[in-house]
Parts: sequence; C-alpha cells; structure tokens
Amino acid sequence: MNHVLHRMSLAELARHLAAREVSAVDLARHFLGRIERHRGLNAFLDIRPEVTLAQAQAADARRARGEAGALLGIPVAHKDIFVTRDFASTAASRMLEGYMSPFDATVVDRLAKVGMVTLGKVNCDEFAMGSSNENSAYGPVLNPWDTSAVPGGSSGGSSAAVAARIAPVATATDTGGSIREPAAFCGITGTKPTYGRPSRWGMIAFASSLDTAGLMTVSAEDAAWVLSAMCGFDPNDSTSVDRPDEDFTRDLARPIAGLRIGVPKEFFAAGLQPDVERAVRGALETYRSMGATLVDISLPNAELGIPVYYVVAPAECSSNLSRFDGVRYGHRAKDYGDLADMIKRSRAEGFGPEPKRRILIGTYVLSHGYYDAYYIKAQQVRRLIADEFQQAFTQCDVIAGPVTTSVAFGFGEKAADPVSMYMSDLYTIPGSLAGVPSVSIPCGFGEGANASRPVGLQLMSNYFDEARLLGIAHQYQLATDWHRRVPAAFAG
Amino acid sequence: MSLRPEDVQRIAHLARLAITEEETQRTLAQLNDIFGMIERMRAVDTEGVVPMSHPLGGAQRLRADAVTDVPDRERNLANAPARQDGLFLVPRVLE
Repeated sequence: MNHVLHRMSLAELARHLAAREVSAVDLARHFLGRIERHRGLNAFLDIRPEVTLAQAQAADARRARGEAGALLGIPVAHKDIFVTRDFASTAASRMLEGYMSPFDATVVDRLAKVGMVTLGKVNCDEFAMGSSNENSAYGPVLNPWDTSAVPGGSSGGSSAAVAARIAPVATATDTGGSIREPAAFCGITGTKPTYGRPSRWGMIAFASSLDTAGLMTVSAEDAAWVLSAMCGFDPNDSTSVDRPDEDFTRDLARPIAGLRIGVPKEFFAAGLQPDVERAVRGALETYRSMGATLVDISLPNAELGIPVYYVVAPAECSSNLSRFDGVRYGHRAKDYGDLADMIKRSRAEGFGPEPKRRILIGTYVLSHGYYDAYYIKAQQVRRLIADEFQQAFTQCDVIAGPVTTSVAFGFGEKAADPVSMYMSDLYTIPGSLAGVPSVSIPCGFGEGANASRPVGLQLMSNYFDEARLLGIAHQYQLATDWHRRVPAAFAG
Repeated sequence: MSLRPEDVQRIAHLARLAITEEETQRTLAQLNDIFGMIERMRAVDTEGVVPMSHPLGGAQRLRADAVTDVPDRERNLANAPARQDGLFLVPRVLE
C-alpha cells in the first residue's frame, strides 16, 4: 500500500490509520522520503526528521491509548510564516535566518492537538510579499507542473508541496491572494476563510487588516476536515472572531440544485486570457448542468482593488516590520556606529528588495501631509468595494470567476516590473479587502504552450459561510477530476 | 505627483533603512510607477464614506488586566544578536 499513500484523500488515510493498516510513523517516513527525493523543487526550508518522527510516534501512542480523531497521525507542512518551537521560523527572509520561536503559533498548536504531524516548514515569498515566490531569500520554489513556471505566491512552497504530493496538506496565508493564486497555478485547492476566523497569534504579521490563515489541500473535502480543527476563538489574537467551533464538513453533501451563482462581469473583462476564460466558463457550465442558476452581477469598483491594496497593505507592513531592529532578535549588521545606524544598517541588510519597497511606500503614505490623501482615501474606497459585495450577495449565494488573468507565468517574466507583478492579484484582492471567504479549485489547463499549466476557479461566499462554500466546491469535485490530476514526475 | 531622489532618501530615513545612491535611483523609478498606478484610486468620489479599517468592524476586544504570560527568559534571549548578563546588548545611547 505504501506506494499509493500520497495519492489518497485525508478520509482514506484516516480510514487506514483507524484500521491500523498504516501507522503515523509509516506516513511520516513516506512523506519525508518524498520530500528528500524532490528536494529540487525547493519547497521546504527546514526539515528535521527526528522531530517529525517523534511527533508521529506520539500520535501512534495516542491511538494505542484509544484516541480516534480523523486527523490523528496525518502529516502537515507549515508555511514559514507560522512560528514553531521545533523548526526554524524565517518568513523566508535573511532577517530571521535561524530564528527559533519561543512558542508555537495557535494554528500550529491546534493542529498538533488533534494529532497532526509536522513535516517541516515550507518556502514562500519574503514576509509573504509576492505573487511568484521569486522574493524568497532562499531561492524560488518550482511549479511541479512545469518547472520553468512559477508556483505562484506568496504561499508557493505550500501549493507546490501539495501539488507534488510531498505533503498531503499545508498551511498557508492570504493577504491579497497568497493562497488562491498559488493554488490556481499549481492545480490544487486553496482555502482562505473569513478574515478573523483562524487565529493569527504566531503568524508573522504583514498587513493586519488583511492577513488570513488558510489551507492548501488536494480537495475541498480535505480542506473542510482540517479547517474544522484549525479555526476557533483565540483570546491571544485581538482580531479573532468570538464564535463557537464549527464542523465545516456539514454541507459537503448538500446538492447544487437551486444555487444562485453570481458572475461578475468585471472579472471577464479585457486582460483575461482566452484559455483561462474557456476553462472557467466550462466550470460555470458544469454547475449549471448540476442545477445552479448563473446570475449576471457587477462589482464596479473591484478594479480599484489593486491601487487600494497597494496603499493599505504597505502602510500596515511598514508599521508591522518596524519591530525588526536588530536588538531582540533578527539580523544585526556587523559594522555600525550609533544605535540609529545599527538599526538602519541591520534593516538594509536583513530585508530583501520587495519588503523594502513596501516599507518605503507605506512610510510615505502614512507620513505627515499624505495620510488623508492616501491611507484614509484607500480605506474609503475599500468600504465601497466591500459594500458592493454585500449588494451582490442579495442577488446570489456565491460569486464565481477566474482566480488569475493567466496560467502560471515563467521565472523572470515579471520580476523586474513591480506593477505588472502586482496585477497578478487583480481578481483576488477585492475579496481580501472585503474579508469574505474564498476558495480556488482546479478547473482545467491552459492551451498551446501552456497546456501543462493549471487554471483555477475562484468561489467567494459571504462572511462565515465557509461550510457552504466548501460544499459547493466539493460538489464540483465529485463531478470532475481536475483536482485528482498529479504531474507525471510526481505521480509514482 | 512625482517623487524626487531627496524624497526617497527622506522616506528611507523615516523608515530607518540605509539606502545607497544607486538604490535611491532604482527605487525612485519603481516608486513613481507604483504611485502612478495608485493615482487612479484618488479620483473616486468618497464624500461621506466612512473609512474601513477592518473587515468585521466593531470595537477591539479588551481582556482582563491580568498576568497571562509566563516569560521564558532564556528562550526569549536565545535569539538576541548580542546579550550580556541576561540583558539585550545595544550600543551606548547616553554618554
């Protein structure tokens, strides 16, 4: 059975674990072996087999004592934005090279409590800033479908690890599209819950009014299982929503008949590549054949999402990253004069070009004389965009469209031009600004030279409607097999 | 609006980032591109719109004023770039 463990759903793995046909240690060894064999992807930044195997042994011991949770013994990889006591936590930055956290992030802790076993820490764009993973200080991750293509970002290590089946599930974070865009580029399922639903305690902060923890999985069903364990009120996070824990698997079997799917015309305007449009329209047609109604809707200010985001996110980033001063932790320059000089040089050496660029933008828009013209203005336009979502949800139950304008682009194609890179998040940023939950599910491939590069369908629901959203995604995955496809080099 | 090299150096100072001449020039062009893109947003009529600082609105929750952390001094100091006698070490600030 060992040769197919990485092709199984979490429910199948749970069944084999429960029947004692496979142990948590077997699973950990199997995935650690795959990680080792596929090191060329550069998906992992820190692996410590002795830590992973000790956690797996502990999971097996819990089962031997009679525990029987569905996730007990299932391996998980954590994005290097979540701090961990037993693995280094770097945010893919030189600033935090070798940093060992005194505590585990709440998300890490909650998944450990139900017995999930940590495979290691996965690569990402530095401080989660980027759309291609080219901003990692430790080199980019490759896309398992086509190694000349980027895996997307910032959660590119998470998406590539799941796409290559070297981890059955990975945590991720999304600020403007950092879960959905890499999920689309790697042909897997990416889930960004409602802002405030999972705890952010121990999640290295980028833009606090946007940052949301989420998941990369093969299927929506897998996501529903893990999300149920991951989310819950956390008094340590002042933005954590105080709601009871939920079972996000409860709507998986709910039929599509009668569902109203809103199709925003702005998501199908100029700029959308024809091959992506064909795959996405094909998916909408599948939903229609299952009994859904397609409703034309409009989100007129959604296209202003990018300018709004590139004021709000850098402003909050410049504030959050001010904590890195080379005093208590992080990089300190070797040569310096006084304290101010030490801080300036440490930051100049520790941060890569993208965090520096965003710190500068943010510092400017928050500075005296510009605060109202930029930051307050952006927050006002943000409100207009969020209000349009509420208007749309009076006409439909879920909003559907593409995740990205194109399939994964090549390395170096956009790296020299920040504005063209920023446009990668055109369709994901509006949902981030509103804070609504959203998933990306695979719905086909590009055409011609892009025939090996996956296409994603984005589904967005209203606040706290994750169970329904994942059910809608799951029903599509029962009718199609895009999510089951594995790149040939990683199938066996 | 167009930034000048001295603006970039002023912002870099406010952000406590050392910046070279060469970086200033390269950054200047990129920041002007980005602010050109941001400019579109400023044309929107937002008269009377309440700024949205947070997706879920509402006031920040307050917790009881009680000790909840038990600081682990050794673990917290372990990542310090320089330390002495159980304290973080920094260059002299007062003469």
